[in-house]
Amino acid sequence: MKNNPSNEMRQALNPETWLKDHGDYLFRYALVRLRDKTVAEELVQETFLAALKGKEQFKGHASERTWLVGILKHKMMDYFRKSRQEIPVSSLTSPEESPEEFFDRNGKWKEQPSHWGNDPRETLEKKEFWNTFEACMTGMPGHLSKAFALREIEELESEEICNLLKISSTNLNVSLFRARTRLARCLEKNWFGTSPGGKKV
Amino acid sequence: MMTCEQAARLLSDSLDRPLPLRQRIPLRMHLLMCKLCPRFLRQLLFLREAAKKYAEGEGEGEFSLSPDARERIKRSLAHQSKEVPSRKNEK
Repeated sequence: MKNNPSNEMRQALNPETWLKDHGDYLFRYALVRLRDKTVAEELVQETFLAALKGKEQFKGHASERTWLVGILKHKMMDYFRKSRQEIPVSSLTSPEESPEEFFDRNGKWKEQPSHWGNDPRETLEKKEFWNTFEACMTGMPGHLSKAFALREIEELESEEICNLLKISSTNLNVSLFRARTRLARCLEKNWFGTSPGGKKV
Repeated sequence: MMTCEQAARLLSDSLDRPLPLRQRIPLRMHLLMCKLCPRFLRQLLFLREAAKKYAEGEGEGEFSLSPDARERIKRSLAHQSKEVPSRKNEK
């Protein structure tokens, strides 16, 4: 059996250790994109169950984790499709009318965006940064983090997102703008604001 | 001249669609005169890069499954394993 490569591929799936090896990873993956802890937990469970049922389909081309993430992505898309009616109407209808958080009446920045240092990319190498990033993502209203996650993390085109969430492109533009600005503000306060040289105005 | 609010919205839009010339030109003008909006643009680009890296699995934060959820998933997995015997032997 050891000499049979296809059998060896199959052996690469270890359902007994899925939870231990990938549970937290999948949970985070779903949580940051969905923002809902209960739903994220459910989807992780569904993913494992679906994977268990379909484990014959695992070809061994990708790693076990990549394969599981693929299944989770499908579950998430289903969830988005099913849950789109549940997005509170108030958050979507005439978003232009809701009070402006970031600008004053003259269209000037209420809080000036700060300079994030000369190479903010160094930041991405720091493990602690991702805790802040995730906290900021999950701290946003659900429809905003959803829009941001689909656009920037899943890298879907705007049109696909509009179809998936059944919202107009104007709504999406507004949601993305809000999400990005909030996220930037959150990182500014909780990450860059505390690093030396970050608060120069 | 365009306000910072208008400029910021267009900067965000420009990440999702190509801006028509009639928006691009006034936006450029604004960016030349404004010190804050170019910062905002750099922040937007940083977010894009961060999200990409995150998607690649670089970012691993501290969130983890609660013990309750873990137990629940463990049980449902065990349950299902019993129901769906491995089909390896059928081949």
